[in-house]
Amino acid sequence: MLNEIVEIIEAARPHGWVMEPGAKRILALGGIDVPRYRWAKSVDEAVAFCRDNGYPVAVKVVSPSVVHKSDAGGVAVGIRDEESLISVYERFSRLPDFAGVVVEEMVKGVELIIGAKMDYQFGPVILLGMGGTGTEIYQDVTIRLAPLSENDVCAMFNRLKGRRLLEGYRNAEAVDMGKLSRTLLAFSALVMDMAEHFESIDLNPVMCAKERCVAADARIILKK
Amino acid sequence: MNLKPLYEPKTMAVIGVSLSNDRHPANVIFNKNLLRYPVRVFGVNPKGGQLQGQRVFASLAEIDAKIDLAIIAVRAEFAVKVLGECIDSGVGGAVVISGGFAETGHTEMQDELRDLAKEADFPFIGPNCLGIYAPHRVDTFFLPSERMVHPGRGNVAFVSQSGGILVDLLIKFFEEGIGLSSATSIGNKALIREEEMLHYLASDPATGVIAFYVEGFAGDEGRRFVKAAEQCPKPVVIMKAGRTANGSRAVSSHTASMAGDYKVFSDVMAQHGIAEARNEQELLSFCESLSFYPTQTASRIGIITSSGGHGAMAVDSCQSYGLEVAAFSEEEQGRLKEVLSDNIRDIATISNPVDLTGSALEEDFVNSASVLADMDSIDCLLILLLPYLPGISSDLGARLSQVRMGSGKPLFAYVPHVEKYRMLFEGFEMNRVPVSSSIEGAVLMVEALHRRQPC
Repeated sequence: MLNEIVEIIEAARPHGWVMEPGAKRILALGGIDVPRYRWAKSVDEAVAFCRDNGYPVAVKVVSPSVVHKSDAGGVAVGIRDEESLISVYERFSRLPDFAGVVVEEMVKGVELIIGAKMDYQFGPVILLGMGGTGTEIYQDVTIRLAPLSENDVCAMFNRLKGRRLLEGYRNAEAVDMGKLSRTLLAFSALVMDMAEHFESIDLNPVMCAKERCVAADARIILKK
Repeated sequence: MNLKPLYEPKTMAVIGVSLSNDRHPANVIFNKNLLRYPVRVFGVNPKGGQLQGQRVFASLAEIDAKIDLAIIAVRAEFAVKVLGECIDSGVGGAVVISGGFAETGHTEMQDELRDLAKEADFPFIGPNCLGIYAPHRVDTFFLPSERMVHPGRGNVAFVSQSGGILVDLLIKFFEEGIGLSSATSIGNKALIREEEMLHYLASDPATGVIAFYVEGFAGDEGRRFVKAAEQCPKPVVIMKAGRTANGSRAVSSHTASMAGDYKVFSDVMAQHGIAEARNEQELLSFCESLSFYPTQTASRIGIITSSGGHGAMAVDSCQSYGLEVAAFSEEEQGRLKEVLSDNIRDIATISNPVDLTGSALEEDFVNSASVLADMDSIDCLLILLLPYLPGISSDLGARLSQVRMGSGKPLFAYVPHVEKYRMLFEGFEMNRVPVSSSIEGAVLMVEALHRRQPC
């Protein structure tokens, strides 16, 4: 395991989980595409990021006590100007244990969830499914033992009811399956590497489109 | 570890027989093996004496024969000592039927038993189990013979964590005419667990299908089990109890919430080509089907019937399992039409399902089955027979079985009543074609070949 990954995990241990900026850094080190982002700890830093990279952006709260950011009102997407950005920042700063925000470019695509869990009976397993905030309502997910092979990845696509959405349903552009496969395989390698340390991992949503397959949010729950 | 002495014993010692209580589990085991099985049985009790006119031995050492299988039916606190004596006397293996171990919190006693056996490479089943029933060979269940239903000899091996479920399933296996190579209740599975059973049964020539009832695996054990099952050349069927999530564990990730214990179990079984039976009917149908067709897979079905209703019911059922009943091409339909008798050529439906109508003759079934067996677009046949139609005789089962043998494609049959149409039924089954007396059951037999494909 890379030293930097070890350091991120060790720093997160007191909270029990790796927050979004750390988790995304780990993903990036593992070869998984993440949006251009900055962990801004002041309004000025947030504003500066947007001046350099442009709008619209997504803004998400960073706080060790906010595991589910949407549920806590800590996610704002489609922020189009400085005025809205500043007001969102101020609103989020009132959330418990506020430690800044993630400001990042908006990415488009079909929302998937890619996850991992240390299963008591079977060890590390990997989940792929239709993602987004409604993922637990659809329950359209498939699970396999990690590590994954390329055949496993194909089989996982075939087991999803939502597969047709990936293939370009109703004139929508098809997702680049090669990129998605590579994302899953890179994730699988990372999972095996970190098997000693995590309890579960969510990459949700992973935004998949023709051009990119991007982990737009991530959290790693550490082993107790 | 060699389990053969447990399953094919020539000699058996029942340790803990009672001299005063004929209903003692050990006595039941002693009696049934003495009277009904080709095993030399020796009762053991420190007091010695007589039982059923046979000498009771005060210890294993007194027995002047090598013991293949020891039944340990003493109180839990004496079990370790007795197991040690078995090892010292060169016994082949044991079934520990005694309870009072991990299931009542006495884990340390169970661990002691396991460690002792492990060290000596001595196989034992249990504790807290019924042990082994191998038709015509041995029966260590402490249930009087007349209270049990005994399936005949066959090639399905069943392994169960629960003794009660196993005994009830024996009744169902008997009713469905499914024969067993062995049935084993592994109880607390201190030493011999599902994985060891899988290895033994994979090499047991009498076993063709290996089926399990499991409640759960220990840490990481599930992974080793599925890897072993994936390598096993014989089909593996599994039924899991305890599928509903226990309690409302606070779960902090979507993955942990959606990848519950059962969901993981079910998907991992599918990944490794282990046919998961979700209920008893599936279990029985899968065991039966795979005992006939241990190596084939199938998902595209051609259906032949003489009743539109039967065809429609079967198609509904196929669709609910994701089995494909695709329409035939014009060329295929032409081939089919050509072989039909004048009686029905113009009234039969030559799509899929093929409906030969109530006017069909025996030849129509045989000839259309031959055509379907030749089609590249299907990989198995389902024939729904209405044996009361005047054009059909009891020979049809055997004749259709010939088609199966000629083509090699799996063929499944539905016959609505086993007793009434016994000869038709036997014409199929004695020629290696499985039959169900329900349409759903027949479709489930096809589904067995589908579900054992890794996906």
